[in-house]
Amino acid sequence: MNDSDKVERTVGVRVMEYVVAGIVLAFSALLMQQSDKIGASWASDGPQSGYFPFRVGAILAIGALAVIVQTALARNQTDGNFVGRGALRDVMAVLLPSAIYVAAMTWIGFYVASTVFIGAFMWWLGKYRLPVIAPIALGIPVALFLLFELWFKVPLPKGPLETMFGY
Amino acid sequence: MDEIQALFHGFTVAAQPLNLVLMMVGILLGVLIGVLPGLGGANGVAILLPLTFSMSPTSAIIMLSCIYWGALFGGAITSVLFNIPGEPWSVATTFDGFPMAKQGKAGEALTAAFTSSFVGALVAVLMITFLAPLVAKFALKFGPPEYFSVALLTFCSFIGMAKGTPFKTVVAMMLGFALAGIGLDNVTGQLRMTFGTEQLLRGFDFLIAVIGLFGIGEILLTMEEGLNFKGESARMKMRVVIDTWKELPRYWATSIRSCLVGCWMGITPGGATPASFMGYGLAKRFAKDKDKDSFGRGNIEGVVAPETAAHAAGTSALLPMLTLGIPGSPTAAVLLGGLIIWGLQPGPLLFVEQKDFVWGLIASMYLGNIAGLLVVLTTVPFFAAILRIPFSIIAPIIIVICAVGAYTVHNAMFDVYLMLGFGVVGYVFKKLDYPLAPLVLALVLGDRAEENFRQSMLISQGNLSVFWSNPLVGSITGLSMILLFWPLISLILQKLKTK
Repeated sequence: MNDSDKVERTVGVRVMEYVVAGIVLAFSALLMQQSDKIGASWASDGPQSGYFPFRVGAILAIGALAVIVQTALARNQTDGNFVGRGALRDVMAVLLPSAIYVAAMTWIGFYVASTVFIGAFMWWLGKYRLPVIAPIALGIPVALFLLFELWFKVPLPKGPLETMFGY
Repeated sequence: MDEIQALFHGFTVAAQPLNLVLMMVGILLGVLIGVLPGLGGANGVAILLPLTFSMSPTSAIIMLSCIYWGALFGGAITSVLFNIPGEPWSVATTFDGFPMAKQGKAGEALTAAFTSSFVGALVAVLMITFLAPLVAKFALKFGPPEYFSVALLTFCSFIGMAKGTPFKTVVAMMLGFALAGIGLDNVTGQLRMTFGTEQLLRGFDFLIAVIGLFGIGEILLTMEEGLNFKGESARMKMRVVIDTWKELPRYWATSIRSCLVGCWMGITPGGATPASFMGYGLAKRFAKDKDKDSFGRGNIEGVVAPETAAHAAGTSALLPMLTLGIPGSPTAAVLLGGLIIWGLQPGPLLFVEQKDFVWGLIASMYLGNIAGLLVVLTTVPFFAAILRIPFSIIAPIIIVICAVGAYTVHNAMFDVYLMLGFGVVGYVFKKLDYPLAPLVLALVLGDRAEENFRQSMLISQGNLSVFWSNPLVGSITGLSMILLFWPLISLILQKLKTK
C-alpha cells in the first residue's frame, strides 16, 4: 500500500469490520453466558427461559466469526478509509449537538431544548442570520406544542419554563 | 363472490368523511416523508404511530397505510429531479429518470413514474383482494410449528437473497432476535439480560430501533456525503401528462413482468428495493437490441419497470402482514406493530373477527392509490421546492421530529437516548453493508417466533423433527432450507456451468 503524504489515512474499512464483528462476538458471548445462567436447557415443564436466546447467541457468534474470517481472507484487496477526516467532522457536527440536545431535554424540557437546538444548528452550520433563524427555531416547537399537547393530548417532557406557564 | 361483497362493505367504511380526510392527510405527509432525506416510510410511520393511539384502528391504519403509499410515490420525485433516491427502492429509478429530466423531459419521467407506480400498486391490491382471504382461510389451520416455519421461511429468504455476504444478514438478524429477547420472558416471567436495570425491563421497542436506525442513521450518512441539492426543475403540464399516458400502453410487457416480480418479492420478504432492481434488469434484458443502449440514458421504459415493481412489492408486502402476521417489509412491520398497539391480534383471525378493519383497509388501498396519483401529479412543484430548502435547516428539524417520535412511544426519555444509540449503529452498519431490514423484522417477530418455537418444542418434547412432521410444515421448512443455502447452491451451479 503506498502511503504517500497526500493520501489521507484514517481508520480503514477492514479495521472497522474487525471492530464491529468483535463487538458482536463479545455481545453473543455475554448473551450465551447470561442465558446459560438462567437455564438454557430443558426443564420438567419445557424449554427454560434461556433456551431460545442461547441458540440465538450461538448463531450470532458463528455469523460474527464468519465475517471476521471473510474479512481476513479478503486481505489483498485494497482497503479504503472507513470515513474521511472531513466527513467525520461533518458527522460529529450533527451527532454531538444531538447528544447534548437529548441530554438537555431532561432538564430544560423538550420545547426549550428544541428551540435552542434548531437555532444553534442553523447558526453554526448554516451560517444564517437571526431573522431567518428566529421564525423557524420558534415556529417548529410552537407547532409541535399545538399538535401534541393541545390537539392530540400527548405530553412531551417539560422543564421550568413550561411549569412557569402552568403546564 | 364473497370478496366482492366484502370489498363493497369495505368501501363504505373507507369512504366515511373522516377516513377520507385522514387518507388525504396521510398521502400528503407520506409524499413529504418520501421526499425528505432521513425520513422514510418505515420511520415516518413509526414517528406518527403514537398520534393514532386514540383513533379507531380502522381510521388509524387507513392514515398510516396512506403515508406508506405517499412515501412510495414521493421517492420518485427526488430520484427524477435531483438524482437522489429519497427511498432505497427508487435508486433504480434514477438510472433513466434523471437523464430524462436533464433532457428537459422531467414531466414525462414523473408522469411515467407515478402512473407505473399506480399500476403496480393496483395489480398488487387486486391480488390482495382475492388471494388474502384464501391465504387467511388456509392459515387458520396453522399451529405453532407451521407459524414458526413461516417465520423461518421469511428469515431464510433474507439470507438467500442477500446482496453481499450472507453472514452479515445472519448477524443483523440474530442481533434483532437477541434484542427482542431482552426483558421479561413472556412464558416463564423470568428476566433476561436486564442486569438489574429498570429501563431494560420493557425490552427494546422496535419502533425506537426503526426511528434511530433509519432516521438518525440516514441523517448522519447524508451529512457525511455533504449533499447539496441541485435539481432539474419540473413543470407538470396537462398536455405532457396526457401525451405520456398515450405512450405508456406500449410498455405493457415490461409492466406485466415488473408486476409479477414485484408481487412475488413483496409476498416473500424480498422487499421493494430488490424488486425495483430486478424489474429494471428484466426490462433491459428483454429490450430489443436497438433499444438496449438507450437504457441509462433516458429510456422511459427504464422508469416504468422499477417503479411498477417497487410499488407492486411495497403493496403486496401487506398480504403476509394481514393474513399471517408476518410483515414483508420494515414498513409493514411497523404497521404490524401498530395493529398490536391498537389491540388487534394480527393473523388469519383478523379476516373472521375484524371484517370492517381488514376490508376497510383493502378498500382504502384502492382509494388511497387513486388519490395518491392525483395528489402527486398536481403537487410536484411544491414538493420539489421543499427539497431546495438547505440541509442545515432540514436536518435539525428532522432530528427534533425523530426525538418526539421516540419519546412518545412509551413517554420515556431512555428511549430517546436509545434512539441516538441506534442512529450510530445504523450509520456504522450501513457503511459496512450490514442490512438493516432483517434486524428490524427479527426485532418485531422475535417474541412470537420464540413463542411458536417453544410451543412446537413442547408438542414434540424437544424433537426438531416436528418441523417435518406433516407435508405442509415440511414443505415450508424444506423451502426455507433451500433458500438458506441458496448462496451455496448458486455457487455450485455456477461452477458446474463453467466446467
